[in-house]
This record gives sequence, C-alpha cells and structure tokens, in this order.
Amino acid sequence: MDEAKLRVRDLRKSFGSKVVLDGIDLDVAEHQLVCLIGSSGSGKSTLLRCVDLLEPIDSGSIWIDDEEITAPYVDPNAVRRRIGIVFQSYNLFPHMNVLDNVTLGPRRAHGIDRESAERRARELLERFGLADKVLVYPDQLSGGQQQRVAIVRALAAEPELLLLDEITAALDPELIAEVLDVIRDLKGQGLTMLLATHEMGFARDIADVVCFLDQGRILEQGPPSEIFSHPSEPRTRQFLERIIDAGRL
Amino acid sequence: MNSESPVSHGPPRLTGERGAGGIGHRWKELKVQDGARGALIAFFSTVVVFGVVTWVILSSSTWPAVRRQFFSVRHLREVWPAVWGGFALDVKMFIVAEVLILAFALLVAVIRSLRGPAFFPLRMLTIVYIDILRGIPLILLILILGFGVPALTLPGVPNDPVFWGVTALVISYSAYTSEVYRAGIESVHESQRSAARALGLTQWQALRFAILPQAVRNVVPALLNGLVSLQKDVALVSILGVREAVREAQIYNARTFNYTGLIAAAILFLIISVPAARFTDWYTARERRLRGGH
Amino acid sequence: MKRSILALLVALALLAAACGDSSGGDSGNESAEGSSDGGNQSCAVADLSLFAPGRLTVATGEAVFPPWMMDDDPTNGQGFESALVYALADRMGFTRDDVDWVRTGFDQAIAPGTKPYDFNIQQFSITPDRDEVVDFSIGYYKVKQALIAYDNSPVIQATSLGDLADTKLGAAIGTTSLSYIEDFIKPSTPPAVYDTNADAKAAMDANQVDGLVFDLPTAYFITAVEIPDASIVGVLPAMSDNPEELGMLFEQDSPLVPCVNEALQSLIDDGTVASLEEQWLNQGGDIKTLSK
Repeated sequence: MDEAKLRVRDLRKSFGSKVVLDGIDLDVAEHQLVCLIGSSGSGKSTLLRCVDLLEPIDSGSIWIDDEEITAPYVDPNAVRRRIGIVFQSYNLFPHMNVLDNVTLGPRRAHGIDRESAERRARELLERFGLADKVLVYPDQLSGGQQQRVAIVRALAAEPELLLLDEITAALDPELIAEVLDVIRDLKGQGLTMLLATHEMGFARDIADVVCFLDQGRILEQGPPSEIFSHPSEPRTRQFLERIIDAGRL
Repeated sequence: MNSESPVSHGPPRLTGERGAGGIGHRWKELKVQDGARGALIAFFSTVVVFGVVTWVILSSSTWPAVRRQFFSVRHLREVWPAVWGGFALDVKMFIVAEVLILAFALLVAVIRSLRGPAFFPLRMLTIVYIDILRGIPLILLILILGFGVPALTLPGVPNDPVFWGVTALVISYSAYTSEVYRAGIESVHESQRSAARALGLTQWQALRFAILPQAVRNVVPALLNGLVSLQKDVALVSILGVREAVREAQIYNARTFNYTGLIAAAILFLIISVPAARFTDWYTARERRLRGGH
Repeated sequence: MKRSILALLVALALLAAACGDSSGGDSGNESAEGSSDGGNQSCAVADLSLFAPGRLTVATGEAVFPPWMMDDDPTNGQGFESALVYALADRMGFTRDDVDWVRTGFDQAIAPGTKPYDFNIQQFSITPDRDEVVDFSIGYYKVKQALIAYDNSPVIQATSLGDLADTKLGAAIGTTSLSYIEDFIKPSTPPAVYDTNADAKAAMDANQVDGLVFDLPTAYFITAVEIPDASIVGVLPAMSDNPEELGMLFEQDSPLVPCVNEALQSLIDDGTVASLEEQWLNQGGDIKTLSK
C-alpha cells in the first residue's frame, strides 16, 4: 500500500456560528488523484484552503508524510512551499507578466536564482502550450490560458502535493478542455493531487478516489466506478441525479 | 468554368474608404465637418466671451486703480527677483517634502495593515498618529513646530524654520497619504494575498511583491492630487518667516502697499499646479481606459 | 486639448494687453496728493467730511504696543500716539469724547479702497511708493533705528555697520527697520522677517537670529519690559539727509489731510509734539551710535 501523502483527521472548521467542516477524515496516497465532489457550500474549498494552511482550523489535524502540519510550532510558510494550489479565479498577479508570475514563488520563497527559475518556468510553459505567452500580461490572456499559467505557477517549485479548487468553474465551456488536459498530463507524471470539481465526467474518467462532501462531512468515498454507478448513500444519489438532470454527466 | 469563391466583404465597415455604400461615405464626411466646424465655433465663442468680459473689466471706473495696485509692470520688475528666488525655495521644499511623504506614509500604511496580534501596539500607534495629525489644521501644526520647538532650545535639535516647516508638512500630509495607501492596499482583493501566501511567501514578501505594487498603482491619481495640494501648501511655511515666494511678496507689499508681488507669486504657483492637475486628469482617464478594457 | 490651449493663449493675450497699458500710467502719480480744493478750505468740525459727521474716527493696530500706546488701549490717552491723537483732536476742535477708535490689521490698513475711518495711526513710515496708494499727513516723528541683542550674541560687540555684515538679523514686516537692514546693512544672509514683535522675540529666544532691529522707542520698551535680558547694542546711524518720518495714513485724496496737517503743524510749532516725544519716547541714557 502506498504511503499516505496527505492525511486529514477529524478536521473541524466553523466561520462564526456556521459549521463548514464537521469532522473530515481523508487520505490521499502518493501519486493518487482524489476528487472532491458535492454541492456549493459543502466545504470543498474550505477543506483545500485548510490543507494549505490558508485558513486556521478549529480542531483536528492534517499530516503531510509524517509531519503534522497543523502543530503549533510548524512554520506555515515552509509547509506552503511544499504544496501547490490553484484557485477558481486563477489569481494571477496582474502587474507581472507570465514569466514573473511563475518565477516569483521559486525565486523569493525558495531562494532559487533567477536563471534557474526562468529556465524551469519556460520548460513548464512550453510543455503546456504557453511558450509564446512568456512575456505577456495576464489581462491579455484568455481564461483558459490564465488558468494554465496558474497551474504552471503552482508547479514551478515542484510541489509534493497539488490542490485544485474548482479550477474550471470560471471558464467558458470551450476553454475547459485545455485545462483538463493539463491535469491529465500531470496525473500521467504521477503528481499527487486533491481536486475539487463540478466536472463529473472528468472526475469519473480520471480520479482514483472520489469523495462526496455533504454538509461538511465526507458522506461517501470510493473509486469512481462505485460512486457514480452505485452510490450507497441516498443523498449521494440525489446529488448525482441533479447533476445528470442538469446535463453535466 | 470559373469557380471563383464569392468575395467576402468581412464585417461592415463604417468609415469605408471607397464606400461600402453611400452611408459609410456620408458618415465620414459628417465627422470631418463636425470636427472643423466645432473648432471654429469654439474659437469664436471663446474670443467673444473673453472679449466681452475683458471690455467690461477695462471700462469700469475702478480698473485703473486695481491695475496699478495689482498689475503694475514697474512694481513687477522690482519685486520679481525676490519672488522668483523665493519660489525656488518653495520648489525645493516641495520636492523634499513630497519624497519624504511618499516614503513615510507608505511605512505607516504598511504597519497599519500588518496582521497578527503581535503587531497590535504598532497598529494602535499608527491609528493615533493618523487621527491626531489629520485633526490638527496644518497651519497650526506649522506654528507649533516652527515656533514652539525652537523656543524650547533643546540641545541638538535644529531650530531652522525651514526644517520645522517641512517637517510639519511631512507629518501632516503623511497622515492623509497613508490613508490613501491603505485604501489602495484594501482595494487589492484578498485572493491576491492568498495566492501570494500559497506560494510560500511570508507576510512581508506578499506585501512587497504582490500587494503593494498593485495597491500603489491603484491610488496614483489620489497621490497625484495630494501632490498638487502640497505644492500650494508649501507656501504656508511663510508664516514662520521663511522667505519663500509668498513671504517675499508680502514683504514687498508691506513696504510699498502694492500687491503686484502677490500676483507674481500666484502666477508662479499656477505654472506648476495647472500642468500638474492636467497631468493628473490625463493619467486618471488613461488608467480608467486601460482598466475598463475588461 | 487644442481648444484649451487656444483659450489659454487668448486669455494670456488679453492679460498682456491689460498690463501693457499700465506702464505709461503709473510712473507718475495719478492724482496730486492731498491737494485741497483751494487754500481757503474751512477746517471747522462742522465743515469736515468725516466718516462719522461730528466725530473723529481713528484707526490703529490690532494689538498696539508701548510706548506708542499703553495697555493695548488707545482710549486712555497714554502712549505717544494716543496722546498725540487726543492733542490733535483737541486742536482741531473735537472734544475728547468725540474721538472713536477702530482696530485694523496692518494689511487691512494698506488695502486700497474706501476706509471705515478718517485716518489710521500705527507707526506708518511715509514713503513715495506708499504715497501712490494712500495719503499721509506730514511727519510727526523722525525715525531712528536701534539694534538689540542678547548679551551672548555675536552682535553685542558691534561698533559699526560693517561688523554686522555676517550676522543674521531680524525685523518686523513692513517696517523701516527692515528696509534699513536691506538697504544699508546688507548682511550676507537675508534678514528674517516677522509678522509681530512677539514672533521676533521668539526667534531671538530660539537663537534663530543674532539681533533684531526696531525703531528706537520700541527698542527701549522691548529691552526694558519685554526682553529684559536683551539690551540695545546701539543706535544705527542715519544714512540719508532725509530720515524717514512717521505719518498718519489716509484714504487716497482724502479731503481731511490739509486740515489735519494744519493742526499737526501747529502742534509741532508750539512744542507739543516735542514734549510728548520727551515724555513717551526718550528714555534717556547714553546709547552709542554705530558708525557707518
């Protein structure tokens, strides 16, 4: 059995009186791609942000390899350097061109020299079909291109774990495919990924494990063949039926 | 057999060179005509309006006295060297003050925006500073620092009125400017901060590389407004006896009872402040245009 | 953009035209100063065109200083200028109660236009430039300048104007003291200029100036009462044959001037002015005069 790269134990998080994560237990093994599905507000984004230590947790623990990253003495910046995250709204830095966006993390957070950082950046950008956009500014790119740059930015420092928060939700339909292709490519490279998504078809194709989140808990999880074809929980079934009705599956 | 594909005209062009039809041609003609006619009308109406106003002023009975008191060429010749030299001092004070303000205000704004309980006392300090310095009228501050501090004759403390005048300008304007910066910082979406932290950058690095460049860019028009305002407020230092343009004009006025020096000083200030204001407008419009693109 | 440049050019052209006209006009006086309508103008109170008929309205400064007036109260007849005004009023036929006082700032006093008083007395020096804008009475006091300083000032040892060349001096705005520094002493550092005696004193306390120049009576008072630690270094030498004189300030072309001058001249001729001067302005003592 693979070593669990990421372990989440009984994670709880509330915003004020609203409980968003109600005891999450989750394992992501190395090289696995785990998909989180569920309706809006079910806590997918919050879970990802908590894993990246962008939100403080109320209780529970998160482990990367053997290290408890939620322990009080841990340096959160060091943890975040090991994890890459891609957001729904890309969040590229508008005042920098693509190359600077991608090399900012490696150069400033990892101390990599400019030449090496740029070399790696260009390699990645070329690999994902953005070689000619290297000196372009984000506002001149399409949504799909910006999201691909955001993915490259997250990959630039060779993260051990990549988190993806509904990365196609803000894209026009015709641009979604190019982004999903990138994820496929990364899976082929063996990158460990935790992905929140609405794209059920994609999840079914590519995920190793699918977790259905409902009201802050993982109601059901398993391989896609199980979850999509024979969900055991009634709420899971309800959710999937709604998705099918909406033509998204 | 000719198998020519149908000629594609592409999207309809409004300003057709050879006319994508009569409408395009006429529209272009109209545009040119409007431009020339518009300019001509503007010219004549300007001449008429200014002409009438000028005639009314010149023919009034008090005009000769006013002209002598305010627009005398002889007095202008006499007072000009002093006012011009004084204005050079105004410009120097302005440049020094503006540089210090931009830097100090940024420091205050950054401190104010620091997160975390450890920084609470510093944040409190900046809030108190901003409240007090925005609450005291600038002229009062100049008097307090310019006369009050030197009067204490503390050892090692400079007693030069220019020094204290500029200091008063700097700490007063910095209070306002730091709030401008703060608005800029807060206008940068929180997600930018998340993205920067997510890369592993520290709070400082996130500020320095991701937030501040955007924040400052967002508030350049407001900063420029502050600059235009400061350029005039520099003249307040005259109450400390500093011999800049306004003061020189006042001195001449007190000696001769003639106000031409004041008009001369006003013109010198306008020479800087009007282009500065126009530049601010142009820059603001340009930014709006560039940003409005999406 | 083009249109605003056009508008600017038109405005500048008109402005130039307006100013250009004046170069011929103001090298001479627009009107003869204080010329009367004839030598036989009656100076009886009933015939004077006064601001308030039958009353003499006199203006003086907002805050007035000894020894020109005492206790900031012009009505008490104390101080050289207050006493002079009451003597003048009496000579012209007013009673003491007919005199009303008004306070104005220095800037208000010199602004052109009609004035809400008959004349202003505030140690105004008579100069040709000022005469183009207002009218003055004949002089009632010849001004001497004096230099005061603290005992530890570099200026205290000065015996000639040349000794003052490298010092930092100060004076109040609009005074003959300031003109004296700029025209005759000509120090290498321009003098500091203050709005009030209080500011000048503060500057000397803060060591921002080495010494201050005041007219002699004011210098006496300051060193006696306001800054007792300072002393008069010396009287500054008269630099011209026509020392500046103080005069009362009238609206331009005021018809009162001849009658006031008549009364004032008679006060001078019969020694009243001299005795007032002796009473209020001369403090005795031997003060050295600096050499040129």
